[in-house]
Amino acid sequence: MTTATATQAGAQPVRAGRRPPLAWIGTLPFLAYTGIFLLLPTGIVIWNAFKGTSGGWTLSNITALNTAPVRSAFKGSLELCVISSVIGAILGAILAYAVASGNPDGMIRRLYLAGSGVLAQFGGVTLAFAFLATIGPAGLLLHASWYSSFPWGIGLIYCYFQIPLMVLVFLPAIDGLKIQWREAAENLGGSTWHYWRYVGGPLLMPAFTGAALLLFANALSAFATIEAWENQINYVVPQSISGSLISEVGLANVHQGDALALGLIVVVVIVMTGYFLLQRRAARWQG
Amino acid sequence: MAGLNPPLADLAADLTGRPAAARRPGGLRAAQRRRLNLFRYVAFTIFGLFFLLPLLAMVRFSLEGAKPGSWSVAAWTQIASYPGPPPLLSSIEITLELAVITSVVMLVLVVPTMIWIRLRARWFSKVMEFICLLPLTIPAIVLVVGLAPIYNRIERVNVSALMLFFAYVILALPYTYRALAAGLNAVDATTLSEAARSLGARWGTVMLRIIVPNMWQAILNALLLTVALVLGEFTVAYLLTYVTLQVNLFEISRNAENAGVLFSASAATLLFAFILLLILSYAGRRLRRGRP
Repeated sequence: MTTATATQAGAQPVRAGRRPPLAWIGTLPFLAYTGIFLLLPTGIVIWNAFKGTSGGWTLSNITALNTAPVRSAFKGSLELCVISSVIGAILGAILAYAVASGNPDGMIRRLYLAGSGVLAQFGGVTLAFAFLATIGPAGLLLHASWYSSFPWGIGLIYCYFQIPLMVLVFLPAIDGLKIQWREAAENLGGSTWHYWRYVGGPLLMPAFTGAALLLFANALSAFATIEAWENQINYVVPQSISGSLISEVGLANVHQGDALALGLIVVVVIVMTGYFLLQRRAARWQG
Repeated sequence: MAGLNPPLADLAADLTGRPAAARRPGGLRAAQRRRLNLFRYVAFTIFGLFFLLPLLAMVRFSLEGAKPGSWSVAAWTQIASYPGPPPLLSSIEITLELAVITSVVMLVLVVPTMIWIRLRARWFSKVMEFICLLPLTIPAIVLVVGLAPIYNRIERVNVSALMLFFAYVILALPYTYRALAAGLNAVDATTLSEAARSLGARWGTVMLRIIVPNMWQAILNALLLTVALVLGEFTVAYLLTYVTLQVNLFEISRNAENAGVLFSASAATLLFAFILLLILSYAGRRLRRGRP
């Protein structure tokens, strides 16, 4: 609706705002697919979280979450996500700037972009093996005692895929900085520090925070590394969910996993709300 | 084309030797440019080491012989012969097939929809963007809990691990959408399609023969990111109890800790994905340059 009013206000000729009668049919395959495999699963989680074992509606799945192990798992997840997303975002932004300030067709940019595309997706067991070989008990570089410690050891290791992801999502924002802004700052006598403190920094801040929030959500579901090293202690929520989904011992409560997942949705909704507020602000400035 | 030539790139001479300043005289002062270059050298070295050392260590581990310190390629030949269940090779095969199927389905689903929306249903683009970026914010771990009942239904029809592509297309959506949107923005789709339509082309022709050839680079990028995602995915496959390469490696590490094949197979996957991305990024550049 907002689009329609905007075009009217802009007094554009009919084209842009007119809705061709059957044009929406072209979007049906996409809508059907995402409906079944994205929106429906999310709906199922929320629905089942309030379902009792015998079928009726209940809050007991939710109240059952209020136990010491679950509380510590949520606390662990939050700690891990905050540590890895904050460090990953800062270091990733520095790397993204270094990449962006080079030749857009250059070898270095290609290497780092290709590398980022790959490494951002390899948060799984590969990561565990790579760091086991580097700083594990028989590691080649050093024998760190903290390599599998939680949350700092794992959090730092998570940076191995968080930094590349940050480069991928933050690079477009840096590429969007206009050289005229830099020149204007210099013409007015501003130093590099002034430029970053009063122009570049504030302009990039919303995009930076938005990207950091994405890293946060990204770290929420990564648990392969922890799972590969530690199967006794339940550090993070995905481990609890994994336990309730594929546990060989029949669980008393079949909807425990849904309730845990709903807890994560709540965390993410808070994060997402912040992200969209920031996006709106960034769009207003850079428009 | 503005998107392909980031303004900031003009700020500095590139390490590869093509001085950007030559294109834009009076950009940065020499002292500032030196400082920026110093910063870039230091950053690339430190980050390069951070990313490379674990990979090199993994490769070294994979080449370790029976005695500590010796060298052997046994772990690499084992990739082909490592027994299961299921054999390592079969899970590699499944993962590669999954990568292909996911890429194809993703392209067929997303590219026409995006072009269609750009040309005929602009008002829909915000909804599309929202849906496509949603998987970045709904963690895969949440999605998989809701997908479990759906996959129960799917398994009644087909129990193959290839069915994972349904979920993988969703996971790949944000990355492919971003790549494709960037490509589509660099094309004046409206003018091109009006020109083609006025010459009598049908919508299918406009999409396949006019718009798509103009966004090959973006399509390649989307493909690469999808392939990398499928090769590295663990959470969804593991929790839906399908045995892909990553899940198989995980199971092997449970049974035989520090088995050499873990390191060789992991290193091989990473190298494969990396080389694929690099090759295709050059191929994309040639396509772009070859355009009149």
